[in-house]
Amino acid sequence: MATAAKTTKAKATKKSAPKKETNAKSGKSMTRTIQVDELSRVEGEGALFVRVKDGVIKECKFRIVEPPRFFEAFLQGRSYMEVPDITARICGICPMAYLMGAQQAMEDALGIQVTKPIRDLRRIMYCGEWIESHVLHAAMLHAPDFLGLDDVLQLAATNKDVVTNALQLKKLGNDLLEVIGGGRAIHPVNTRVGGFYKIPSKKALYALKDQLKWGIEASIAIAKLFGTFEFPDYEDDYHCVSLRHPDEYAIVEGRVVTNRGIDIPVRDFHKQFKEVHAQHTTALQGWTRDNEPYLTGPNARYTNNYSQLTKLAKEVAKEVGLGTTCFNPFKSILVRMVETVYACEEALRLINNYEEPDVPFIESTPKASEGFGMTEAPRGVCYHSYKMDHNGHILKAVISSPTAQNQPQIERDLFGVVERSLDLDEAALKHRCEQTIRNYDPCISCSAHLLRLTMVRE
Amino acid sequence: MVVTTRTKKTTKSTKSGAERRYRPKVAVWKFASCDGCQLSLLSCEDDLLDVVGEIEIAYFLEATTAVIKGPYDLSLVEGSITTEHDAQRIRKIRQQSKKLITIGACATSGGIQALRNFGDVDHFIRSVYARPDYISTLRTSSPIHEHVPVDFELRGCPINKNQLVEVINATLNERAPNIPHVSQCVECKKNGTVCLMVAKGVPCLGPVTHAGCGNLCPSTDRGCFGCFGPSEAPNGPSLARQLEKLGMSKQEIRDFFRSYNGNAGAFRETSEAYD
Repeated sequence: MATAAKTTKAKATKKSAPKKETNAKSGKSMTRTIQVDELSRVEGEGALFVRVKDGVIKECKFRIVEPPRFFEAFLQGRSYMEVPDITARICGICPMAYLMGAQQAMEDALGIQVTKPIRDLRRIMYCGEWIESHVLHAAMLHAPDFLGLDDVLQLAATNKDVVTNALQLKKLGNDLLEVIGGGRAIHPVNTRVGGFYKIPSKKALYALKDQLKWGIEASIAIAKLFGTFEFPDYEDDYHCVSLRHPDEYAIVEGRVVTNRGIDIPVRDFHKQFKEVHAQHTTALQGWTRDNEPYLTGPNARYTNNYSQLTKLAKEVAKEVGLGTTCFNPFKSILVRMVETVYACEEALRLINNYEEPDVPFIESTPKASEGFGMTEAPRGVCYHSYKMDHNGHILKAVISSPTAQNQPQIERDLFGVVERSLDLDEAALKHRCEQTIRNYDPCISCSAHLLRLTMVRE
Repeated sequence: MVVTTRTKKTTKSTKSGAERRYRPKVAVWKFASCDGCQLSLLSCEDDLLDVVGEIEIAYFLEATTAVIKGPYDLSLVEGSITTEHDAQRIRKIRQQSKKLITIGACATSGGIQALRNFGDVDHFIRSVYARPDYISTLRTSSPIHEHVPVDFELRGCPINKNQLVEVINATLNERAPNIPHVSQCVECKKNGTVCLMVAKGVPCLGPVTHAGCGNLCPSTDRGCFGCFGPSEAPNGPSLARQLEKLGMSKQEIRDFFRSYNGNAGAFRETSEAYD
């Protein structure tokens, strides 16, 4: 862990050399401490600590203080059929990332191929999760940062229409999840290994078409509004990690690719990327095997897979000032809205082509096996791997959440942002730091499900 | 489903001299959990602005940076107690809260993370963590009512958002919430859902599980798996014997009762009989 922390500092110092002069006053020894014990507008409990001495950052820590819940431990011995529903309880905001990642891993282990309609239904649900999660974060949690407000209620006082539309858009995402997921969006009940318990009717899905058409327009309008925000001038040379699929903007499956040439199957994920236990946080941090932080999430997806977005999504991106890549973490709010436009379009396309499957799920028989699964959670890649015995009882479970993986990169961003913002007063600097963390839409409940450890001995 | 506050229509003078209605101060607190239950409040999309128009959100970190000091008229508590620090924190919250309501399975029964309560925690931590010394945790995950008095426990993993609005509404108006403590079977009968266990032999916890989810699983051709915990006066052993007849193994029956509400009295006792 000590190695990990040092690496953050070393790399951050090297890579994010300030372009502007900082106002460190020579001659005077001065220590500034920025401490936020309870980070707001994030899911879960997080804290940050930055120590600056004589204009030089001495310490920069993003802490996840959420108590560990030991999922990977108590999954041992449970039936493979129970695992998806249990792992869903890692996160109430992105349960699909856990339901579907676990289901895919079990299907991979048992050699099951789901049918096209089942796959399409899963992708529609996932679009719903992107919409509800992206809009919740972008409009309700992140946007107030750019407007100097405490929360969305203050925004509602001056811009009620925007907030009302954002709430309706979020509801649309939840509706997609509810219609397919058996009546509730948080921890849906209708999904299972091999498919679904009950086939959602064509009629129920068709009923959402008008809302989706409205959703495309509404998300474009919100994207354009956010495009008028002032964004801090900050970029980093990110190592972007995402899924890529040959035929579509990857959401539910693909190979793991990076903008530095890595292209591997999901099962090899932990050959290239590792988890490290750092003392100051209850979530395992993600590092490349070469001890570099990496980025996963909207900006990484956008940078790696821009060409696969729809024509309309690309037009919106252009209009709000995005290029074909995005290395400014503050602009992740724009990428989230572009992805929301895409998710509405994609869900509509899939619903238009939907044919009810003949059977709701593919039967499975347990056997001693190992399987892997990965999906693009709203916050980035979410990795699952399981080993089971011949009865289907879990022997080993490994789950890597996107926020846990992003921690070292969040710390590096903080380092870089603080370095360039030392001339700000305390309150403004503290706010800038919090904003830097919120860029990641950190889902702290997920990342502190904690548990498996890779001891790094070097 | 709109909240109105009839009590305490005391008015306060504002600086401009205009009078405004007293809005009860509501705080939302999080302990070990997935965030899903407090997210349910934000998922009341159609009613959210109306609800927050009637109350003053005094503390809700997931949604706002603004913090108003206690005391609070109502505290909603999500999550279970798993650290010494949290055990102290909930006491302080209780001291500052006129009413305290737990929301969801974690706060009400200990949640899925209470599966640790059934094992040897020391062995558990040692076998899992390379650096156990970095980890500070209690031996158990316990519900809020084991630490402080609770005024109402709202069930569910996750809670039903309509029930949440009802409980907030009832509490602020000093009436009992309209939340029936009957079993899931009653919901099936009311909705005309065919009994899966009788008609298809599908294992179902409905006979012992608290109603409230909206009859979701049985109407999705899936047996209830107990998200809302034990109903009033459940007969776990009797249901377990029926599950045996349906061909479930001892371990399957144990695990069926031992999930999101595995630590709740009746579920716990039944599962322990199958250990």
